[in-house]
Amino acid sequence: MSATETRDAASSYFTVGAEIHDSKAPAGPIERKWQKRQFEAKLVNPSNRRKLTVIMVGTGLAGGAAAATLGEAGYNVLNFCYQDSPRRAHSIAAQGGINAAKNYRNDNDSVQRLFYDTVKGGDYRARETNVYRLAEVSANIIDQCVAQGVPFAREYGGLLDTRSFGGVQVQRTFYARGQTGQQLLIGAYQALERQVNAGTVQMHTRHEMVELIVVDGRARGIVTRDMVTGAVEPWFGDAVVLATGGYGNVFFLSTNAMGCNVTANWRAHRKGAYFGNPCYTQIHPTCIPVHGDTQSKLTLMSESLRNDGRIWVPKRAEDCVKDPRDIPEQDRDYYLERIYPAFGNLVPRDIASRQAKYMCDEGRGVGPAVAEVDRDGNQRQVRRGVYLDFSDAIGRLGRDAVASRYGNLFDMYAQITGENPSETPMRIYPAVHYTMGGLWVDYDLMSSIPGLYVGGEANFSDHGANRLGASALMQGLSDGYFVLPNTINDYLAAGPFPPVDASTPETVAAVDQAKGRIERLLAIKGSRSVDSFHKELGSIMWEYCGMERNERGLMTAIEKIRDLRQQFWSDVKVTGQSQDLNQALERAGRVADFMELAELMCVDALHRRESCGGHFRSESQTEDGEALRHDDEYAYVAAWEYTGEGAKPILHKEPLVYEFIELKQRSYK
Amino acid sequence: MRIKLRIWRQAGPDAPGAMQTYQLDHVSEEMSFLEMLDMLNEELTAQDLEPVAFDHDCREGICGMCGIVIDGAPHGRYNSSVPTTTCQLHMRSFADGAVIDVEPWRAGAFPIIKDLVVDRKAFDRVIQAGGYVSVNTGSAPEAHSTPAPKRQADKAFDNATCIGCGACVAACPNGSGMLFTSAKITHLAMLPQGQPERALRVKAMVAAHDAAGFGGCTNIGECASVCPKQIPLASIGQLNRDLIASLFKGDGK
Amino acid sequence: MALTGLVLIAFLVMHMFGNLKMFLGGEAYNHYAEWLQGALESGGILEPLLPHGWFIWIFRAFLLVCLVLHIYCAAKVWAASLRGRGRKYVSVTRREQTVSARFMRWGGITLGLLLILHILMFTTKTVRTGFTASDEPYTMFVKAFGNWWVLAIYIVFMIVVCLHVRHGFWSAFTTLGGNVSPKARAILNALAYFVAALIFVGFLLPPVAVFLNLGVN
Repeated sequence: MSATETRDAASSYFTVGAEIHDSKAPAGPIERKWQKRQFEAKLVNPSNRRKLTVIMVGTGLAGGAAAATLGEAGYNVLNFCYQDSPRRAHSIAAQGGINAAKNYRNDNDSVQRLFYDTVKGGDYRARETNVYRLAEVSANIIDQCVAQGVPFAREYGGLLDTRSFGGVQVQRTFYARGQTGQQLLIGAYQALERQVNAGTVQMHTRHEMVELIVVDGRARGIVTRDMVTGAVEPWFGDAVVLATGGYGNVFFLSTNAMGCNVTANWRAHRKGAYFGNPCYTQIHPTCIPVHGDTQSKLTLMSESLRNDGRIWVPKRAEDCVKDPRDIPEQDRDYYLERIYPAFGNLVPRDIASRQAKYMCDEGRGVGPAVAEVDRDGNQRQVRRGVYLDFSDAIGRLGRDAVASRYGNLFDMYAQITGENPSETPMRIYPAVHYTMGGLWVDYDLMSSIPGLYVGGEANFSDHGANRLGASALMQGLSDGYFVLPNTINDYLAAGPFPPVDASTPETVAAVDQAKGRIERLLAIKGSRSVDSFHKELGSIMWEYCGMERNERGLMTAIEKIRDLRQQFWSDVKVTGQSQDLNQALERAGRVADFMELAELMCVDALHRRESCGGHFRSESQTEDGEALRHDDEYAYVAAWEYTGEGAKPILHKEPLVYEFIELKQRSYK
Repeated sequence: MRIKLRIWRQAGPDAPGAMQTYQLDHVSEEMSFLEMLDMLNEELTAQDLEPVAFDHDCREGICGMCGIVIDGAPHGRYNSSVPTTTCQLHMRSFADGAVIDVEPWRAGAFPIIKDLVVDRKAFDRVIQAGGYVSVNTGSAPEAHSTPAPKRQADKAFDNATCIGCGACVAACPNGSGMLFTSAKITHLAMLPQGQPERALRVKAMVAAHDAAGFGGCTNIGECASVCPKQIPLASIGQLNRDLIASLFKGDGK
Repeated sequence: MALTGLVLIAFLVMHMFGNLKMFLGGEAYNHYAEWLQGALESGGILEPLLPHGWFIWIFRAFLLVCLVLHIYCAAKVWAASLRGRGRKYVSVTRREQTVSARFMRWGGITLGLLLILHILMFTTKTVRTGFTASDEPYTMFVKAFGNWWVLAIYIVFMIVVCLHVRHGFWSAFTTLGGNVSPKARAILNALAYFVAALIFVGFLLPPVAVFLNLGVN
């Protein structure tokens, strides 16, 4: 097919709408923009704040931090989460660390460098203004967390320790052993509970958002399902913030928590919020390989392991079944060190992941062979794993030093696999980990629906096409502690808005929609379980919209997804009733939304005929097999507008203008 | 592997409950305990029976959402050679043909919602009473302005690893939440940032603990033995020490 | 609870030393008993600080207050436990709970009942086992423990006491903030066993000796 023909092939799946030219970042030098925005934002008088209600969905780093901070400011906050406590949000599982431009190491770090590294790491598909701000507030995050009592790793002098992390050459990553996310989240959780105690935040746990209420073009509330009683009820506010995390579970197997879902975001998308860059998915290179078809989730091993571990596969396929300790040095292929001598094992995640896939595709993978179906529908057995070896580090630093750095990760690995990594190399393989895409937001983090804000992984804003290690925690907390609380006031200053209540027609409609959907799911009484649909959807996405994508595959995937969606709505079996705790029903609602999102992801991946960051199109690569961007055509954010079930989405392009950083083809060689 | 499960089924908070027996025939050793329950639920769904409700989320041992009493011990502690959460317990820890008892956390402060799911809001209430440092966003001093001695910081960290799963309460013959409470007390007591509110915090949290319906601690030690994060019994000693010290301070009177 | 418990343990140790005096012979033993009661011609304990015979009653009152407080606290803790633990497990495994910890409450009740019997026998002399109300303390002691079943009850009594002391001693110091490290835990536990064993042996030596007719006359 010629280039024009393929463009036509892709374009038959969507229509193109108006471009977005104003992301509302103020003009001027980049280092003055945030200050300027804060100065220009309209303020709300402290005594008026308690008259304004903010609905916050999610209690992770972004949601929890924002709810606490808005509560401290005196707003009335209604906070929701699907878990039984705000402390369970999946931010808790982040292991490695959090970046901050503190330059404590005196190693040339600065806001400018963190900004540059993040844009470069994102393969020049992030919005400059947002990223600069992220780098700017990063240092404040560390101060804030330390003051809250977050027990970061310290040196004997009592000062904070830092380490280097995937994709950068400075040591700017702060950490708390292998549980940084947990410690940061507990810090935010404590701040949040303090506000609950103060009465500014009302916490509603085990409540799942199932609809957004938009009145007169403004987001004015949400509809939730009480997961214990099944009650479907509306909640009202002057602004709504979604901090509901990523949608990696569309792949079924991912490192996300089992409950992570796209429902809140997707409901907002259906009500008019644009979805930005849905195809940008991050595949994390260091996860524990799949053991079999009953696997429910994948476990990440912190990328920090790559600081001291060396990745290799046997040079010869016949060595793959051997005990790795019996394979001599000369028969090992340390492929990352070989291909990327400057960065070695610390190349960005997407590169590390793809190379692992290639090694296994070549037949040099290790570990148990797992059955899979290839694109031509053939069954095959493939070993999906590469070694991550610590014997050099143990030789150099000693067993204790290595254990003190990675002890809990080693224990975790041993517990899951029954093998001890200080004795035999770990086996790792890439897994879906993070989604850079999310609801489109402007500089203020407001979506295309006025009054609907989106923070953390749920928005698309800061990581471009690929996220650097230890940047997710930074972004979540930056959005939550510092950005949202300084931008949302600009919108709220016009409030309180006219009252809405349960009898407002838009509320009635939203509640009816939510209830109708639940009833519909329960009424199908088909023959297949929700999980079986989810697994099938996941395998389609992993095969066609995973580490490597191409046009034919994506078009196939779209067909398969449409079929599967149809089957789902006619044959899914949801047991039980809606009036009590019904986990099958919860999952069914989430999978239904994943089915719709999956198609949009494929359409987005199909339309972006370039490789960038986590999105690798096999049609677009250099002679060395590296990702090849097409900045002339695709240097934009794809913001998708929903037009109805089965209708073509509208693509709004937001051109990415690089004023302060020069676009370069990424090279880690 | 073939296993027989005896699982507590309870339709709702006020419904009577009972153990029910299920047989599973194709369990693999590599499966986690929760994956085994997923498998059971798939089979129940196929038979048009309602699946067993159980809490779980991250399935990597960190969120604290999962929690089941397995063979009489929270998280199946004594089936595993190492401290574990339920999600990190693997079927290789069980013998072929095993009969496994599965019950929810049982504690007055954790009422059952359904089957194996309990309500742990009582923990949040304990934290609300004072499990924090009162510092508003934006008012923090530069992180390096207060060095924290490494040894103390490490101890703080050890206690901060508590995941709030509630295994300590489930294991305690008194249904006491003292290990949970003491982990937060010790975490913040070991850091310079936690000092200003130290006396006030311990009084308030212990009072909230008692008000939340937990039993009193009688220093038995079951809690620390099943804790997946190995919070030591010594933390309760630290709480007691702080509590006694707080009686001689003006704060919180 | 910890404080009253420790006072009672201290009393036990003192009582034990008193009992051991019987190995010094009847005179020394009777002298000690009279000294405690302030019944000596020279006065007795704490005289002339306290008027004649007052000490024993102040001391008894103090012990009784401690005991009542101890029981009151125990009742409160017990009530909190019944509320705190909710419905019972169908199957339960406890690995850490020691026998002594397990029998704190029922053991405490048993101990209380035996204590009443003990007082009825040797203090008020209401229950007489082979001795008369006018016997001197030493004679009473020897006559009483000449009966195998008195000795048997006493052994049971001591077992219950020592189990209670074992967990009580450790628990009291933990409650007072003594257990803040694994090392402290090991030391406290060892001390608890030592004190319990000491009391057990110390209290049983005299009656056993009486029963076996060893070193007593």
